[in-house]
Amino acid sequence: MTDKPTKKPGDVETTGHSWDGIEEFNNPLPRWWLWTFYATIFWGVLYTIAYPAWPLISGATPGVLGYSTRAEVAADITRFEELNAPIEAKLEAADLTAISADAELANYTQNAGAAVFKTWCAQCHGAGAAGVQGQGYPNLLDDDWLWGGSIEDIHLTISHGIRNEEDPDARYSEMPAFGELLAEEEIAGVVQYVRQISGQEADAALATAGETVFLDNCAACHADDGTGDRFQGAPNLTDAIWLYGGSVDDITYTVENARFGVMPSWTSRLSEAEIRAVAAYVHGLGGGE
Amino acid sequence: MWDYVKMAVFGVIAVLAAIAANYARDVAYLVHALIIMAVSAGMFVWVVRTADEKKVVDTSGYMDGVVRAGVIATAFWGVAGFLVGTFIAFQLAFPVLNFEWAEGYANFGRLRPLHTSAVIFAFGGNALIATSFYVVQRTSAARLWGGNAAWFVFWGFQLMIVLAATGYLLGATQSKEYAEPEWYVDIWLTIVWVVYLAVFLGTILKRKEKHIYVANWFYLSFIVTVALLHVVNNLSIPVSIFGSKSVQVFAGVQDAMTQWWYGHNAVGFFLTAGFLGMMYYFVPKQAERPVYSYKLSIIHFWALIFLYIWAGPHHLHYTALPDWASTLGMVFSIILWMPSWGGMINGLMTLSGAWDKLRTDPIIRMMVISIGFYGMSTFEGPMMSIRAVNSLSHYTDWTIGHVHSGALGWNGMITFGALYFLTPKLWNREGLYSLKLVDWHFWLATIGIVLYAASMWVSGITEGLLWREVDAQGFLVNSFADTVAAKYPLYVLRGLGGVMYLTGALIMCFNLWKTVSSVSAKSEATTAVPAE
Repeated sequence: MTDKPTKKPGDVETTGHSWDGIEEFNNPLPRWWLWTFYATIFWGVLYTIAYPAWPLISGATPGVLGYSTRAEVAADITRFEELNAPIEAKLEAADLTAISADAELANYTQNAGAAVFKTWCAQCHGAGAAGVQGQGYPNLLDDDWLWGGSIEDIHLTISHGIRNEEDPDARYSEMPAFGELLAEEEIAGVVQYVRQISGQEADAALATAGETVFLDNCAACHADDGTGDRFQGAPNLTDAIWLYGGSVDDITYTVENARFGVMPSWTSRLSEAEIRAVAAYVHGLGGGE
Repeated sequence: MWDYVKMAVFGVIAVLAAIAANYARDVAYLVHALIIMAVSAGMFVWVVRTADEKKVVDTSGYMDGVVRAGVIATAFWGVAGFLVGTFIAFQLAFPVLNFEWAEGYANFGRLRPLHTSAVIFAFGGNALIATSFYVVQRTSAARLWGGNAAWFVFWGFQLMIVLAATGYLLGATQSKEYAEPEWYVDIWLTIVWVVYLAVFLGTILKRKEKHIYVANWFYLSFIVTVALLHVVNNLSIPVSIFGSKSVQVFAGVQDAMTQWWYGHNAVGFFLTAGFLGMMYYFVPKQAERPVYSYKLSIIHFWALIFLYIWAGPHHLHYTALPDWASTLGMVFSIILWMPSWGGMINGLMTLSGAWDKLRTDPIIRMMVISIGFYGMSTFEGPMMSIRAVNSLSHYTDWTIGHVHSGALGWNGMITFGALYFLTPKLWNREGLYSLKLVDWHFWLATIGIVLYAASMWVSGITEGLLWREVDAQGFLVNSFADTVAAKYPLYVLRGLGGVMYLTGALIMCFNLWKTVSSVSAKSEATTAVPAE
């Protein structure tokens, strides 16, 4: 049988068994292997004495070092809380408009605000705060503000959010769905009118007819000239910035069905210092007024 | 008489499945009921047509038909699993591949468990069942116990795979990693597994050798422990017997601990002990050398199976799990290092005196690199279980890299080696169609694994460092999206590693196919020539 393993001169003895031609040498355990094994066991015993390890009836051995992962995390948090406590107190007491002038507060709100933004705001507004144009996530870098771009306005928006159900102080407004209120040709006209005042290609005849429809139905919120009203969160329709898209199809959809963008309230999730920090951060991104 | 019993059983199952399909509360359950109905009805018709025929079965030799089927299934599921894996790797690099038209069926979340189950249970499981049936017969000098029970195990296991896979795509999952199949699939697997245990143990009990060979200890520990893990981790109560959803009996951190006791020992007993059984037979056979040390095999076997079962809590460092359990998980993981390496030493040292074969025999090379990856992963694992290391590595791609250096390197390569060894033997061929192609497979797979593991190490450590980076005032420096963006080139590289590994496996399938179809049958006269 050639399947049988061949032994060579100098091989140690085998155990004498053979299974399907496989034999086994009687080599001893490698010394380094055995001693490393012993060493890990020895280390293991010491480690379980030092750290919480062995379960007992109503608890576990705490370990002589008094280590605890929860205590470790708590200590880490406390360290930074204590470190930042004075400046946070100063931030909470400061006038919002005075933050950017105070070097210490400006520096702190830049770091803290960026961290808060990356953790809580980036999911919708993007890590770079550019939002997603056409998808309903506003860009926070430009000068176009739905509810106002002063630091007080931004602070209010962050604190209470927009059109959410959790916070009675949330900013609120609601555009009607004109699909049920206007005739099809009226909608077609007003869409062309909106395209015209925003400087886009438009059907002049339809737009002229649409102007009356606009003044009768839309101007109450978006203003006679279509520049919008920040008090009601009504967007400016004369610029090239479109929260939900500026194509004929997109505008038609918006007019017929309306939009209802929601932002959560952050008062219950973030501290006042964090809200102020992120408000100052957003205000400082470029569009702040 | 026996045929009439079978007819009755299949008929009743088909009718019950039809009733279940009628009352089905969700799509996955409906599809599964229809699959079971179709399979039972088909079996019913087949039994009716072949009833009272004389079935002549030659029971004198080894039962190799089921092993041949297992070899084919292993190769098939391997390619399927690698293909899905490669695709989802590119889904992570290019999210547009989560096609909108396939949303809810073929997005990453649905395909990921399909990939893991296909490679671990379909590819690995079939490899383990097939090789264990081959090895236990040879090393016990006995035909498989239980007649057609072995075929029941094979087909029952394939049915489990089909039910699990379709369930994932249709959204039936208990959301437990590597234990996703819902309650009725779990019950079915339990039945199949008990029969598997009976066939394996029955064969060992009727062995003609005095002692039980070491490979069989490992296979047996794998079968027994997996049965225990599977039953305990899947304890759940169905919401309705006509629906796929079930509720776990454990809750909160107890459920998490049970899950990772299961999850880690799926690695320990499925992917380690079972495959060590494979190694202990195929490496000495292919090298034609005795196993290095009998003593080492005993000591490392008992140490391994005793220690592995305690190591699960290291998956739950820094969670709601109490610190004491976390410490024990870590300590047992580190003590496990040497027992794991015992298998590596025994595998590699078996080649001492035959190292020259590395130059001439690509199959041996495959087995050696497999053992090498085994050694590397079983060092990396204990290291990653250390709490401080884990605080960096946990939840990052480092874990993915670790798993794949073990799965692609160790499990994959030893299985390929076994398939190359088995195919000429099972189909009675003179040798493989082409050793050159084995060489190609070897290099493609090896370079693919290196690309995969290296990119995931870099990606994982990058990710871990970016996540934990805080400035002097304690504020996070990076957003999550920043860390995702940073990993993009590494994700592409990982995908390319997958493509290479998949290509190697396709070359293997071609080679095995040609071996069966084109190589001439082994004649009695040529048996004196040493096997390639």
